[in-house]
Amino acid sequence: MGYPHPSHPRETPVLSQYFGDAEARTLAGWRARGGYEALQKAVTMDPQEIQGIVKDSGLRGRGGAGFPTGMKWSFMKPDGKIHYLCCNADESEPGTFKDREIMRWTPHGLVEGVALGAYTIYAETAYIYIRGEFTEPYARVTQAVAEAYAAGILGANAMGSGKRIDVHVHRGAGAYICGEETALMNSLEGRRGNPRIKPPFPAVAGLFGKPTTINNVETLTAVPYIVKHGAEWYKQFGRPDNPKSIGTKLFSVCGNITRPGNYEVALGFPFGEFLNDLCGGPLPGREIKAVIPGGSSVPILTREEAEGAIMDYEGMVAAGTMLGSGGVIVFDDRQCMVRQIARLTRFYAHESCAQCSQCREGTAWITRIMERIRDGQGTSEDLDTLLSIADNMSGKTICVLSDSCATPVVSGLKKFRHEFEAKIAANPSRVTVPGALRASAA
Amino acid sequence: MSHGPSASGGALVAAPPHGHHHDEPHAPVFVGAARAELDTILSRYPTKQAALLPALWMLQDARGWVSEKGIEEVAQVLSLTPAYIKGVVSFYTMYHQHPVGRHFIQVCTTTPCNVCGAEDVVRSFLEHTGCGDLGLTSADGRFTVIEVECLGACGFATPVMINNAFIESVTPESVPRILSELT
Repeated sequence: MGYPHPSHPRETPVLSQYFGDAEARTLAGWRARGGYEALQKAVTMDPQEIQGIVKDSGLRGRGGAGFPTGMKWSFMKPDGKIHYLCCNADESEPGTFKDREIMRWTPHGLVEGVALGAYTIYAETAYIYIRGEFTEPYARVTQAVAEAYAAGILGANAMGSGKRIDVHVHRGAGAYICGEETALMNSLEGRRGNPRIKPPFPAVAGLFGKPTTINNVETLTAVPYIVKHGAEWYKQFGRPDNPKSIGTKLFSVCGNITRPGNYEVALGFPFGEFLNDLCGGPLPGREIKAVIPGGSSVPILTREEAEGAIMDYEGMVAAGTMLGSGGVIVFDDRQCMVRQIARLTRFYAHESCAQCSQCREGTAWITRIMERIRDGQGTSEDLDTLLSIADNMSGKTICVLSDSCATPVVSGLKKFRHEFEAKIAANPSRVTVPGALRASAA
Repeated sequence: MSHGPSASGGALVAAPPHGHHHDEPHAPVFVGAARAELDTILSRYPTKQAALLPALWMLQDARGWVSEKGIEEVAQVLSLTPAYIKGVVSFYTMYHQHPVGRHFIQVCTTTPCNVCGAEDVVRSFLEHTGCGDLGLTSADGRFTVIEVECLGACGFATPVMINNAFIESVTPESVPRILSELT
């Protein structure tokens, strides 16, 4: 299938194979497609055995950080304590819209993954935290959970396992930062979504102060396929020479591109072929100027850098950026990079939770400068100030929102400095007199 | 260079309209079936406080916004203080802290939509609703238009939310038809 366009022959649809297939949304339809067989198998196994399979498969977190999933799960021991599983469905990273399609088309795939994950980390309760704006995904997942309870898949004797597995859907209320794992936990507890200082890490003290595992929608949805077909099956997806990046990955593509949408490819796919063949390349008569390959928080690539990159965790690092969430934003030759980077910093300024001063002040300050340059009021000193602020915003705060705001500014200035300089050169009063600012303020 | 409302740091949240809504009487929300629904929600969490976001959603769905009196009722049923709840409400963008138009229109203008012309969609909504500017409610009380940060549907630029309805691939030209289908 495929949605909104048919799958390309070079794609490897696993998680996305039922996108566009409305029957897959129902419990009967999901079962007819082999759904819940993995969970049925899993509940007969020792959770540590499942942890081992996931570890062996090489699956890494698909939310952005890329932490090995099996290792994360292995932090959870049969210690008799209350454990929680959180599913992060707060998909808010600009450029990313893959979890939305997973929840819209295969809600039972997610519920199965969440139940399997809960069983594997010795949790009786799991929460799926869905961003408030995702009204349709919320309705689909809520419906799937209700069907799963009615069929005995969830509840006091989940899947006949003799174990309790409860899954609850929790709706957010509009805050990008709640996609940060500890902010999500605060939000779920009925607090402001401020990220928490780590340590303690969630595996020690997470939701409601209990040992907690938190995973992204795509990560959890991949697990049933791995449990069903085995780690060896999963390992076929990836570059033979890179055992660190295994599996298929959903990439969301948006911006100035012929065929926007979601694409699922084996990690290690050539980014040039991806952009120009699968996605159809630039719009007619246009050229691609820049690409942000992993959601708005990762460094910007020029077209040449993007076309030479490899789509896996290490390949993107080698290209000077990150795989991130797999949200690919394409800019063509009509776009002013100063204007678009200013729009990105404004996003981060709006979304800062404001508890760390470097972020609260830095995101707003950097946005004021970016917008002044955009509006033809910038000076050459502004470029140094931008880099100085960016430096003071990076690696100095509780979470990485601050770093994420600095990233497009630093990489944008490095790669598109001429556009900044052209804006400044057009400013008739760009020459500043030392002390003039202080004099006028007094 | 000319700027639309969205290019110049326009309002991302609705501004308070005129009126004396703080004096309006508040009929309790959490009674009967709604109280039973809240009890079901409470059973899912080990703390009452965790039901705060769901309770605020119930309040807003019932009354259209989150009023002072509504906050006092939520405080009562969840054993929290109104001051605490106000702190939480003000953190999240989706709770209305004052009345808004019957159709609350949120247009995504973050970068991926911005490069696809989202600011023209905003201008079209402002023009055809008669709202005048972002965050203001039209004189007939039907519409409020705001810009919203990334709606998470970037491949379907420009996505627009009208109350709980999610509309994909909106263009300036499709705005009149969308509005004509609203009451």
